[in-house]
Amino acid sequence: MSENAAIGTQRRASRGGGQLHLLWAALPLAVLLAALWWLIAANPLRSFNNGAPPVENLTVERTILDRDGLRLLVRAGGSEPMTIAQVQIDSAYWQFEQTPAGELERGSTAWIAVPFPWVLGETHRVTIVTRTGATFEHEIPVAVATPVATSGNLIPQAILGIFVGILPVAIGLMFYPALRGAGPATMSFLLAMTIGLLAFLLVDTLEDAFEFAGRSAALFQGSTMVVLAGVAAFLLLMGISRREGPPSGLALASYIALGIGLHNLGEGLAIGAAFAAGAAGLGTFLVMGFTLHNITEGIGIAAPLLRQRPSLWTFAALALLAGGPAIIGMWLGSLAYAPQWSALALAIGAGAILQVIVEVGAYLLRSQDNRFAALLTPSTLVGCGIGVAFMYATAMLVKI
Amino acid sequence: MMRRWLSFGLNRRGFIGAGLIAAGGAAVSAVRGQSDERHLHQGHGVTAAGTSKPDHATAHGAMITVGEVDYARNGFDPTAMLTDWETGVVSTLPDGRRLRTFELTAIDKEIEIAPGVMFAAWTFNGRVPGPALRAMEGDRLRIVFRNNGSHPHSVHFHGIHAARMDGVPGAGVILPGDEFVYEFDAKPFGCHLYHCHALPLARHIHKGMYGLFVVDPDPAKHPEFTNVARSRLLGTDENAQWQEMAMIMNAFDTNFDGENEFYACNTIAHCYAKKPIRVARNRPVRIYLVNVTEFDPINSFHLHANFFDYFDQGTTLTPTLKTVDLVIQCQAQRGILEFSFADHQDHEPGLYMFHAHQSEFTELGWMGMFDVVEGEA
Repeated sequence: MSENAAIGTQRRASRGGGQLHLLWAALPLAVLLAALWWLIAANPLRSFNNGAPPVENLTVERTILDRDGLRLLVRAGGSEPMTIAQVQIDSAYWQFEQTPAGELERGSTAWIAVPFPWVLGETHRVTIVTRTGATFEHEIPVAVATPVATSGNLIPQAILGIFVGILPVAIGLMFYPALRGAGPATMSFLLAMTIGLLAFLLVDTLEDAFEFAGRSAALFQGSTMVVLAGVAAFLLLMGISRREGPPSGLALASYIALGIGLHNLGEGLAIGAAFAAGAAGLGTFLVMGFTLHNITEGIGIAAPLLRQRPSLWTFAALALLAGGPAIIGMWLGSLAYAPQWSALALAIGAGAILQVIVEVGAYLLRSQDNRFAALLTPSTLVGCGIGVAFMYATAMLVKI
Repeated sequence: MMRRWLSFGLNRRGFIGAGLIAAGGAAVSAVRGQSDERHLHQGHGVTAAGTSKPDHATAHGAMITVGEVDYARNGFDPTAMLTDWETGVVSTLPDGRRLRTFELTAIDKEIEIAPGVMFAAWTFNGRVPGPALRAMEGDRLRIVFRNNGSHPHSVHFHGIHAARMDGVPGAGVILPGDEFVYEFDAKPFGCHLYHCHALPLARHIHKGMYGLFVVDPDPAKHPEFTNVARSRLLGTDENAQWQEMAMIMNAFDTNFDGENEFYACNTIAHCYAKKPIRVARNRPVRIYLVNVTEFDPINSFHLHANFFDYFDQGTTLTPTLKTVDLVIQCQAQRGILEFSFADHQDHEPGLYMFHAHQSEFTELGWMGMFDVVEGEA
């Protein structure tokens, strides 16, 4: 009885303590509010006002060229609201319409429409002049009409996406029957090669992600966003894949396909953006080079399946998962979406690839009875090296 | 990886490798681009032809600055500035000569140089260009200069004067709050200028410290050209026949990159394009033209559909160039343009363009119109 009473007292005390804790939590919030109120009401920072003009920043996120001229989606990033006063194209002032009109708050966007008779295939330079006389330059390297989402545009892009995304993965998967008889050493070699090619894709994806991030508005903190999104994607996928123990077999193959698929989504975005920028003068040679380059991705997906007997549709689904996003990316990219979205997609892809590298490595380790020394055998080291080298060498075909 | 395709395409955009796959997409966008372009040009033509009453903005299509400048806030109006001569306070010296006293004050002022674009100018008397000073050959001139600005300033006249009166460092450059009196005779007659000569020179000029300094010829001193001299002398009946205008070609570098963002005649980009200068067809026109453009080596003045006589620096009573429709001036070069719309039947009333014939300057604001009308302007 007395024991129960004692426990009851303890509970009450802890409940009371909980309320007290809540009160204590309100204290810092109250101090914050008071500080903000004082900052606004008393303006103690006015002595820092040295008469310098406000810092202005403007980023062009989308460029649309069509029969009405050109339209730019701009995002303001100034320390104070800023006003676009005039617009030059190729060193001439043009009438323009801003929607919505008026001042641009920090972080807000507006469309600038100029009835400019752009010239097909030529370069145009847009200079936006703000109220303070600051200028922001934007180059349209090659003027072509921005693709619109019509079947006439989407179907050729889809065919291109199939060639650079789905076809090579499918061809790689077709090595499956030939590889089925592989012994443990060949298995290790193939898995190590997969790690090598994934490592190449990781570096390549991160490089592209940072490049897109660099072109996005400063307030998105592009580089930080890429790292955080990559790490978040990595942790999320690790968490999901480890719910039922370390993945192997079909599950592992699916994760590899997903990682490669996210990578290909980013690639598709880049090709689509090249379409939008008028740069898609793609030659047959380049498309073939890219097909060759991506064949190893299919082999990598097939490697964990060699001890199983998956159905044919499983292979089809894996090829679609790994290659299909290239088509979606191409469609989205050609509509000239803002660079921060491309950076985000590529960062998530990088996280996914890292997760796959860890899982394939763990799988390789388990197949060698968890002996770390087994990771350093000639067959695994050579496999890893060949994976990287093959990707690097075939990349030479497409980097000009 | 695909990203490299992008740079490939940019550098060699002409190369379409006729790839089975790529050809479809590329060809579609190429054809679309061409047809769009045609459409756009046609659209412009329709706008220009379809407007019932002549619209001066239409003449330049959609290529013009957007909006209007608040002249009231600026404190000066470019149309009024054309004919706003500052003749000073006139008195007589003990020896019987005429003394003209001008007052110039350096003032820091933010002005609107194009619709919506503010520029932190340094001004004479709160306007850019400064007052158009005008005197007669032989007048004694006294210019009382006060520096109410934030930097040392001076007034340096292009004319004949003593070293002490030159307005250069050590001879008339004064600190903020100080005052200096420049004194000299108005000579030689002509179309001259004054500007601040404090250092750094480029910044002091480019910030707006310049103005016209016109010395009219004394008819008594030019017996062989009395009538010409009288027509140049402000206040005579002969001079009243002329439609005289003060024009200064200037430009502004608003982002401090050593290149001008805005070009103009009398400061405001496109001001005379949006509000054409009314000119009576039956009376001759005389323009006092100065180039003070900083950062570009030359500027020019081109008149449409007509020719003019040009008096380089205005120091002669006969033209130095006859029958030209274009004149180029380096910085501080100036001269007088004389022309008329009365002599040719072809010159029907209407809008006659004038502009710098560096197309870039024209398209960045230095373009205007004469609205030639019958009867009084």
